[in-house]
Amino acid sequence: MTPSELHYPDDATAPPRDHARSPAIELIGVDKRFGTVHANRDIHLVVEKGTVHGIVGENGAGKSTLMSILYGFYHADHGRILIDGQEVTISSSHEAIRHGIGMVHQQFMLVDNFTVLENIILGAEGDRLVAKAERRARALLVRLARDYDLKVHPDAVVSTLSVGEQQRVEILKALFRGAETLILDEPTAVLTPAEADHLFRILAQLRDEGKTVLLITHKLREIMAITDTVSVMRQGEMVATWPTRAVTVEMIAEAMVGRRVLLRVDKGPSDPGRTLLAAEHLTVKDGRGVTVVDDVSFTVRAGEIVGIAGVAGNGQSELIEVLAGIIQPTAGHITLAGEDITGLDPADLRDRGLAHLPEDRQRVGLVLPFGGCENIILGYQDDPKYARGLFLDWKAIAATAKSVFASYDVRPGNAFLRAALFSGGNQQKIVCAREIERDPSVLLVGQPTRGVDIGAIEFIHKRLIALRDRGKAILLVSAELDEIRSLSDRILVMCGGRIVGECAPETPESEIGLMMAGLGDTAGERSERRNQGATP
Amino acid sequence: MSLARRELPPFVDYVVLPAVNVITAFAAAGLVVLAIGENPIEVVKIMIVGALGNAENIGYTLYYTTNFIFTGLSVAVAYHAGLFNIGPEGQSTVAGIGVALVCLAFDGAPWWLVLPFAVAASVIFGAGWALIPAWLQARRGSHIVITTIMFNFLAATLIVYLLVNVMGKAGSMATETRMLTDATRLPFFATLLKPFGIDLGQSPVNPSFLIAIVASVAVWLLVWHTRLGYEIRTVGTNSQAAVYAGIDPARIIIIAMLISGGLSGLLAVNEVMAVQGRLLIDVAQGAGFVGIAVALMGRSHPLGIALAAFLFGILYQGGAELGFDIPKITRDMIVVIQALVILFAGALGNMYRPMLERIFARRPAARAHEAEA
Ligand SMILES: Nc1ncnc2c1ncn2[C@@H]1O[C@H](COP(=O)(O)OP(=O)(O)OP(=O)(O)O)[C@@H](O)[C@H]1O
Ligand SMILES: [Mg+2]
Repeated sequence: MTPSELHYPDDATAPPRDHARSPAIELIGVDKRFGTVHANRDIHLVVEKGTVHGIVGENGAGKSTLMSILYGFYHADHGRILIDGQEVTISSSHEAIRHGIGMVHQQFMLVDNFTVLENIILGAEGDRLVAKAERRARALLVRLARDYDLKVHPDAVVSTLSVGEQQRVEILKALFRGAETLILDEPTAVLTPAEADHLFRILAQLRDEGKTVLLITHKLREIMAITDTVSVMRQGEMVATWPTRAVTVEMIAEAMVGRRVLLRVDKGPSDPGRTLLAAEHLTVKDGRGVTVVDDVSFTVRAGEIVGIAGVAGNGQSELIEVLAGIIQPTAGHITLAGEDITGLDPADLRDRGLAHLPEDRQRVGLVLPFGGCENIILGYQDDPKYARGLFLDWKAIAATAKSVFASYDVRPGNAFLRAALFSGGNQQKIVCAREIERDPSVLLVGQPTRGVDIGAIEFIHKRLIALRDRGKAILLVSAELDEIRSLSDRILVMCGGRIVGECAPETPESEIGLMMAGLGDTAGERSERRNQGATP
Repeated sequence: MSLARRELPPFVDYVVLPAVNVITAFAAAGLVVLAIGENPIEVVKIMIVGALGNAENIGYTLYYTTNFIFTGLSVAVAYHAGLFNIGPEGQSTVAGIGVALVCLAFDGAPWWLVLPFAVAASVIFGAGWALIPAWLQARRGSHIVITTIMFNFLAATLIVYLLVNVMGKAGSMATETRMLTDATRLPFFATLLKPFGIDLGQSPVNPSFLIAIVASVAVWLLVWHTRLGYEIRTVGTNSQAAVYAGIDPARIIIIAMLISGGLSGLLAVNEVMAVQGRLLIDVAQGAGFVGIAVALMGRSHPLGIALAAFLFGILYQGGAELGFDIPKITRDMIVVIQALVILFAGALGNMYRPMLERIFARRPAARAHEAEA
């Protein structure tokens, strides 16, 4: 395609002009409301067969809803769905699979203590004898592993797999059921960069085999790297569909948000003061006795952001958890503003001004069936501000919730809506709002912008920097090296549970990458060994 | 995008679903009645008149309701902490011992003086019986369902031992304590209200019904308006988030079970201090298990529990009347009918959920199609 074929927002609903391919999926006038929220407004979308079609949009724009409709999880109030030119009704995920649509869920729907093989055939045994299905699946698995680089050991127990491997199992599951179209909703949010690259290689091969891929992501460079076509959603509407080659990141960003977005962080130099947080020879062993944090010492001073770079699973999560009081160290000390806080529980630590923005918002940071108000006090339920004698002061809590929802632009701005009903990015904004607005003296941050749209990333970054500039200390863990480099004033590199180096944020990415891989260092070998030990 | 998002409108969830369940239960019970050659309509009529036909019958119904509210609340509080307390039967049995000890010790003193102590004893003994299973769950991970069932058996054995060897009536083989004096025994409303010209006949409903109402309000306040209730719900819904929030799940599990056991214990005030006027071997008479169905049906909300308890009260009182009026319907038959209601309204409470989900999710789409046609 050439740039002259660009479809600009105003004629986004026009039929595609490239007739060489036939549409795999066509959505015509799809409309969906949840009460007062108009999640999808009269959506028209054509997805060509054999392409990777990206969908981007702000948090709450309606992307997941649209995919859920396609996957038979929700029913559209209006509109039609055509698959290979045939009108279909999809009222359950079973029907979706029958029509060749497979979905890779973000919360993986795998049985943790089943093997890969058992998970793949689960619900699609087809035979009375599981053994027969297993043979069939095993053969297919071998073939798929070869064709698409989808390597996972068929007999490995799912709970021992890395997130990236679990995702591959999800893809295998869909392919095993005969999926022609694969929907992936923010698949890279939980992956390491290497795993994401691997995923993209798989997707590219699937496309080359004639499969169709629908990819939702907030990372525009992924859109540029892998998609053939990109569609932009805004507040429930499909505002543009472009061939990817004809657009730039800036154009997409602007179409998403409706204004120019600052794609890089704007921050002044730091002015570090006294040491607020210090770890000395901190060591953590996990339940199996494996050392996950290994003799770690560092300091974070007032007015600086210290970033921890590292390939996921090298002890960063455990480091944050031990600092936050969720798990206990087996050796070493932690001090907060000079006071020993080793072994204190999260409630005590919060009282002393140490806040924690957890990386897993759905399992740790939120209670999904609770309303916005109840989630806004999670961890601060003892605050006298929210109490009236023995009782919780729901009026005061609702007022707080409403005001932080407004200042963080949580959509919909309904503080009584249950957390489960907010879109992924808006859930993240709720957690950020709760922790940052408390103005803690030390903030531990895990993956602050995972699943968050570019506009909100800009906003959250600004808030973190404002916190720093007020003289607070921030320890940041993120899978996004970009984010670490642009936010941090100092970077610590973790590998195999140890801090293997420290560098300035200007250090080239490749150099940090080498340190992350633990190259030239014994720590790297150790982490290798551990990873291998975990996979039978 | 998670599966949890699929849900019913509140009206369907809280009204239509329970209604459909109850109707199914009655339909199934009706078939049983038909099978033994009786007229179901007639049976329903007798049950309703028997339960609500006059002041005395209503009094009996409310007496049953009282017990079911206590055990229903008990199960509900534990449930909010993510625990399935199967032990109200045993907890109220042991509470019966406590109430009997207090009442017998103060026997002869006016009831209004003894009542606060009896209430305290019932709560303490009920909570105490829940403490060990709670501790085992919280600190040792022993499953509360198993331990509370075991403690029901232990309570049953304990009370037999005590009534035979320690607390039994002197010079009698009967497994019961001596009667309380009239002054100490909690009077029935029938007695209390007679001077005002209200005739409740022989019905045993008594001030513990008011205690049940107060307990319902208290549980509602506790669960949704106190910090402790918030912590209980957080632990029950997402214990990882609870740890993150600085809440100790083990502590909350123990506290919630103590409250739960205490609520079950209150049943003994109704039974021992008022209705029986002495300690008998079977304090709860199955009300502990009915409480599980009541809590399920009432969706662990005090208002729902009060309504479900009332429904089961009607069923028990109406069922008793049925035995008198239709000899063919034996005591066992009544148990079958009650069991059907428990089965459909309680245990299979979500049987119709997928169907309702489909109906209420499809409707808008269907309308859209009609509009296009
Ligand atoms: N079951 C539901 N009930 C009520 N509102 C809902 C429900 N599901 C989604 N919504 C609302 O619909 C809107 C669209 O949500 P959706 O999850 O599709 O957004 P999204 O584009 O995937 O956002 P994100 O990038 O944050 O994942 C949001 O405002 C959300 O709160
Ligand atoms: Mg989404």
